[in-house]
Amino acid sequence: MGVRIGVLALQGNVSEHIDAFERALETTGHGTPSPVFPVKRASDIAGCVALAIPGGESTTISRLIEKNHLHEPIRTFSGGIFATCAGMVLMATQVDDPRVCPLGLIEMTVNRNAFGRQKESFESDIVLAGVGGGPFHAVFIRAPVATSAGAGVHVLARVGQGIVAVEQGKHMALSFHPELGSDTRLHERFLKNLGF
Amino acid sequence: MKLEELRFGTELLKRGFASMQKGGVIMDVVNAGHAKIAEEAGAVAVMALERVPADIRKAGGVARMADPEIVAEIIDAVSIPVMGKVRIGHFVEARVLESLGVDMIDESEVLTPADEQYHIDKKLFTVPFVCGARDLGEALRRIHEGAAMIRTKGEAGTGNVVEAVRHMRAIMGSIRALKGMDRQEMIDYAREIEAPAELVIECSERGRLPVVNFSAGGIATPSDAAMMMQLGADGVFVGSGIFKSSNPQKMAKAIVEAVNHFDDAKVIAAVSRGLGEVMPGLDVHKLREDEVLQYRGR
Repeated sequence: MGVRIGVLALQGNVSEHIDAFERALETTGHGTPSPVFPVKRASDIAGCVALAIPGGESTTISRLIEKNHLHEPIRTFSGGIFATCAGMVLMATQVDDPRVCPLGLIEMTVNRNAFGRQKESFESDIVLAGVGGGPFHAVFIRAPVATSAGAGVHVLARVGQGIVAVEQGKHMALSFHPELGSDTRLHERFLKNLGF
Repeated sequence: MKLEELRFGTELLKRGFASMQKGGVIMDVVNAGHAKIAEEAGAVAVMALERVPADIRKAGGVARMADPEIVAEIIDAVSIPVMGKVRIGHFVEARVLESLGVDMIDESEVLTPADEQYHIDKKLFTVPFVCGARDLGEALRRIHEGAAMIRTKGEAGTGNVVEAVRHMRAIMGSIRALKGMDRQEMIDYAREIEAPAELVIECSERGRLPVVNFSAGGIATPSDAAMMMQLGADGVFVGSGIFKSSNPQKMAKAIVEAVNHFDDAKVIAAVSRGLGEVMPGLDVHKLREDEVLQYRGR
């Protein structure tokens, strides 16, 4: 059986995440028939080995997670979660905005829109600790950062003081968007951590 | 990290921002109170303007960019992205909104055009733009000028979805038709629709527009919104439909849910119950030619 990966499809850039994971699976030799598909219901999540929480509006996605009774199914999901941007906000234990109800899966405090508004959004090459192959071209769009992380959290990268890439257990959270580029090293690393 | 290593306002950042709005509802708001209601209901962004399109129709005269005071209040009131409308071709209104910190600019036919020949040269800006389109040629001309997002024009302020449907079908149908064409035929077709050939070929390869495509102009109910999603929209703009209904809070939440579950009729039925009065609609065939907003810009 293939590596079933679900992309939480409540709101945000779902199709880019599906494409990026398909490319990563191809690179790691797991290609088709390993399906990557959008998930909206608790019953869809259960059969996955990994779940991606895409970028989008964290307040909107959080509201839809609660409305669709997905908070507990995601929080107790046994696989790994790959979260970018809004997804990183949702993975935190604490968020600076009371409208977001975080999942508490990675021990960190996250601030939304930490770099400012869209005109302050930026691209930059960043260094990821322990990721070979040189700097990573990262795309930050109204991006969050973690202002602090617990002892069990592995910090992969910072921009200034802000933490922008972390791992804890099977999970990975990034404040930038690897799914918008062609570099799948982080996807591959995430899959490798899961044993694929 | 050194500051000079950061790159701002790139095409990828602009299109990426638009991409984050997918599956969402962007709501027209005229003050901070409306903006908070929209955010609370689950809007992915709000569109700041002086009057909703239905009121622009009633007021007549020249419709311009909103008062920067109102835009600034809306920016302060919410944490979701704030968009603002400028007149077609009015690059100074666009610079003003950009300086206020607006996250995306809508170069909109709902306002009175400032230039009947040229649209704004959108590539000169750091902030991304969304533009209206009625067909594939118009959409690709706007993308060529630098639009990071397209919305079908529909007919704003009518509460009548018929034009939004016409424009979405036109764009999606034209892209589907590219499948049967070889390269030379596509180049010839590009000439016919007055669009750059490379963008026509890109649409053919991707099977969709190169940027996010929302629906706008006449969406008044959860079913309208869900239908536009089923016809291929990546998300919807709702203008007068929310704050011209009798219960804006409930309508806003219902439309967000309907877009989220656009293929689930049971959910749409559930959220459509007891919404109260929908905005009063207009028959687009009875509009005088000068009242038809979609003919502005081409």
